Amino acid sequence: MTAVAVRERANLHTRKGKTWPTVILMIGALYCLVPVIWVFAAMTKSPSELFTTFSFLPGSGALDNLGDLFSYGGGQYGMWAANSLLYAGVGGVVSTFISTMAGYGLAKYEFKGRSLIFYSILGGVLIPGITLAIPQYLLLSQANMAGGVLSVLLPLIISPFGIYLSRVYASAAVPQDTIEAARLDGASEWGIFLRIGLPMMLPGMVTVFMLQFIGIWNNFLLPFIMLSDQNSYPLTVGLYTLLSKGSGTPALYSVAITGAAISIIPLIALMLFLQRFWRLDLLSGGVKG
Amino acid sequence: MTATPATTAATRPRSEATPARTEASRPRKRPRSRTRFAPYMFVGPAVVLFVLFMLLPIIYAAYISFTTYKLESGGIFGTQVQVFAGFKNYIAVFQDQALLTGFGNLALYSIIAVPLTLGLALLFALLLDTPGVRATRFAQTAIFIPYAVPGVIAALLWGFMYLPSTSPFSYITEALGWGTIPFLEQSGIYGSIGNIAIWGGVGFNMIIIYTSLRSIPAEIYEAASLDGANEAQIAWRIKVPLVVPALILTGIFSVIGALQLYSEPTTLKPMTDVISQTWVPLMTIYRNAFLTDDLPGAAALSVVLALGTVALSALVLWLSGRRNKGAQS
Repeated sequence: MTAVAVRERANLHTRKGKTWPTVILMIGALYCLVPVIWVFAAMTKSPSELFTTFSFLPGSGALDNLGDLFSYGGGQYGMWAANSLLYAGVGGVVSTFISTMAGYGLAKYEFKGRSLIFYSILGGVLIPGITLAIPQYLLLSQANMAGGVLSVLLPLIISPFGIYLSRVYASAAVPQDTIEAARLDGASEWGIFLRIGLPMMLPGMVTVFMLQFIGIWNNFLLPFIMLSDQNSYPLTVGLYTLLSKGSGTPALYSVAITGAAISIIPLIALMLFLQRFWRLDLLSGGVKG
Repeated sequence: MTATPATTAATRPRSEATPARTEASRPRKRPRSRTRFAPYMFVGPAVVLFVLFMLLPIIYAAYISFTTYKLESGGIFGTQVQVFAGFKNYIAVFQDQALLTGFGNLALYSIIAVPLTLGLALLFALLLDTPGVRATRFAQTAIFIPYAVPGVIAALLWGFMYLPSTSPFSYITEALGWGTIPFLEQSGIYGSIGNIAIWGGVGFNMIIIYTSLRSIPAEIYEAASLDGANEAQIAWRIKVPLVVPALILTGIFSVIGALQLYSEPTTLKPMTDVISQTWVPLMTIYRNAFLTDDLPGAAALSVVLALGTVALSALVLWLSGRRNKGAQS
């Protein structure tokens, strides 16, 4: 009898011990999901329902809102989305490739200036990219490049943090012996990098790509400063201009909300998809190759 | 490149096996010589971009920050010439009342956002790492999702959830007869903007801390739990000290991130009167550069902000280094 009671108490104890952490985590998850749930509820509401019905109740205006969104400004939303994809996609791929090359070079070769280059880049990690935005604009407008696609792409391709991560990953994941062996087989340095280094660094590259893609996709100040043509805006700048116009005409609020809802779908999907491939332990220095 | 066949043969025995035509067409290079240029080929593009888009803008901004525009007679309206101005722009930066208020706002915001982001990230990471906790996969993904939402969009979402006419929270408090919650008024604005940053930042920092926790070998805990330590004690006494490096990293990122506050207040600005055009320093930089055409002022402020960030990050690193040393001795 007493033995049963003791075991029951022990059970209760462990169950209680596991319940609270789960509950707290669920509260955290709910906190993070609430705005996302809200925006998808709000995008179904007609402009009049938006201000009258309880926020989380769905409304009847979803199709109208979508129609309004995609016809706004002669289909500007579609263009903004395409621009975001272009900037983040091309920028992410090129940036990842350049970072991987640099990381590989810094990790796998001894050469003059290596420390100088590495520590300069490490210092670059500490400089907030955004405080560089205005100087970058001044410089690029001197070169008559401000306003073009390149003015948004080029400054975002250099990623000190991406180079740092690639270097860490290259040291851990690409054995020096394999490189030496390939050299003895007569492979060129470039060939070794492409055929041996790149495949081994792939998980690290996915991580760098995700960070860069999301970083560029989320960037606001740089395109806001650089671009003047509304048709070359990315989603962030486009939706911001929509919202600031909306303060005068509340009908635009529904369009802005619908635009926000649609814009986060691809990114969340991408993140859920790539989640299993990326190696965030890179960030905490726990790489074991 | 003084390549001699003898050293080639000695250091690269297998080169004899390679086809003779390459041997004949050009003298075999010493093995080192090709690895002499290869690293520059790999780091070259990054170095060029680094110089063009980070180093050069910094130098250029520093240069402009020491100049001023002066109107000289000549032509119909006179011509503007750039002249050396010494520290005039920097003195103006520190005398600008609006800017000092901006730094005050930034400090208040950071004091709310940084510790709470890191505290919650650590808490969630420890809970995820607690054995027996359920639905961790779901919780981890859900908490990480806001990272994929741009600051502008996050501010837009929360902005509508703050706005009295659309806020679900104010809807409830109004129904209860308590009136609306002053999210977008002077009393609530720091918390409201801080909340947007916390919401966006917790997940990313949680993942960094969590992956760092996962790399701790489980044997370390076994001894402690044999000694009768409970999960909370293990978390606080063993896990937290072991993830200090991850905490330092996330701390630095958070401080750098906090100083870059721009998108959130800019997006909320159309919704409220309490956010001025110079609410945070970056907004002042934008105003100086584009609305009042004071490029030297904007450049000086950019330099101050960049140096301030580097100094703060260095301070965090130094403090944590000192703490670690203290803990070891």
